[in-house]
Amino acid sequence: MHLAQLNVAHLREPLDSLTLADFVAALEPINALSDAAPGFVWRMKGGEGPTDTIRHDYGDDLLVNFSIWESRETLWNFVYRSAHLPVMRRRLEWFHRATEPYTVMWWVPEGYRPSLAEAMARLSVLRAEGAGPEAFTFREFYDSSEAASRPAAAEVRK
Amino acid sequence: MVSDDLESMSALGDPVRRALYRFVSERGRDVGRNEAAEAVGVQRTLAAFHLDKLVEAGLLEAGFRRLTGRTGPGSGRPAKVYRRAREERSVSLPPRDYRTLALVLAETVDLLGGEEKAEEAARRAGKRLAAQAAPEEASGEAGDLAEVLRERGYEPYEEEGRIRLRNCPFHVLAESHPLLVCSMNAALCEGLLAGLGETGVSAALDPRPGECCVAFTRAAATPEAFANPEASQNTGASENPRASKNNED
Repeated sequence: MHLAQLNVAHLREPLDSLTLADFVAALEPINALSDAAPGFVWRMKGGEGPTDTIRHDYGDDLLVNFSIWESRETLWNFVYRSAHLPVMRRRLEWFHRATEPYTVMWWVPEGYRPSLAEAMARLSVLRAEGAGPEAFTFREFYDSSEAASRPAAAEVRK
Repeated sequence: MVSDDLESMSALGDPVRRALYRFVSERGRDVGRNEAAEAVGVQRTLAAFHLDKLVEAGLLEAGFRRLTGRTGPGSGRPAKVYRRAREERSVSLPPRDYRTLALVLAETVDLLGGEEKAEEAARRAGKRLAAQAAPEEASGEAGDLAEVLRERGYEPYEEEGRIRLRNCPFHVLAESHPLLVCSMNAALCEGLLAGLGETGVSAALDPRPGECCVAFTRAAATPEAFANPEASQNTGASENPRASKNNED
């Protein structure tokens, strides 16, 4: 099983504004870092350009980041133990403070590529019901055996 | 829990074992029996006996590894190697539980959105710690940064002109609230520098798996350490985390 993660953030200003300039400048090196990170499997891209962000129908101010990793540890090491951390430290310059869970994880079969609609549904489940085997977080983590033993729960409505 | 930890630590009552534990911990990598025996100045068999006692006590972990670099038939049996156990031990008499309260306070900072205040407080705490570390030098004479970091449990080591930190003294909190705790730790380290009067050194978030999130760079070492333009870009961003916000203001 591989670990899928989605995180969303509401932009303070449009991506082409001065406020977001440093964030946009960090996209290429940080995406390159993620793609070369141990345990990285896949990420949804908005296009072939290094600073293209994922296009979607959930609002112009919503930035989404959606990727798949081999394990909790490899995702953790990229998010918190790499040059990604100092960039994330500046998040409040660029994004509104989150008032509800903004990141969700779940286990997927190897080779499976979930749709963004499924990922957003997982986030809704987390927000509505709290963490469980089908939608969880780093702090309230469920390992893959717990998810596999509850196939009904893993088959979240898409 | 307390009695288990106390039992583990009683294994360190023997001075040879203490020396072996310290040696293996400070290496920060796998250590073989010969190397440990030589460093501590005892026979290999005696070192092996004590190292295995430390494994039994849960203070060290053992594994097998080829130390020669050769592989395949004829390369010999893998050697037994030791490293510090990851699990932390603490004994407090009378019983104290600062961890639970610290976790509750970290959660409170998150709920209140108080990370900027938390970083300011951490910076002040760093200054105070620097002053305590060098009371007789409080008049402005700089204390020794590496020594202060060692006393604070960071286990500093040199790498390419920078000081890196092998151990995170706030590990449990950094696992539960990484962004808050690493940001506070960076601020605390900046406070230490200010308190020690180390103006030629900067602290920046540069995390690595299994280590502390902060690295120190001396001004003179900057061009070399940042020869890679990408690294320079990332580090530049981290050194002044709120730069663009301040510009807006």
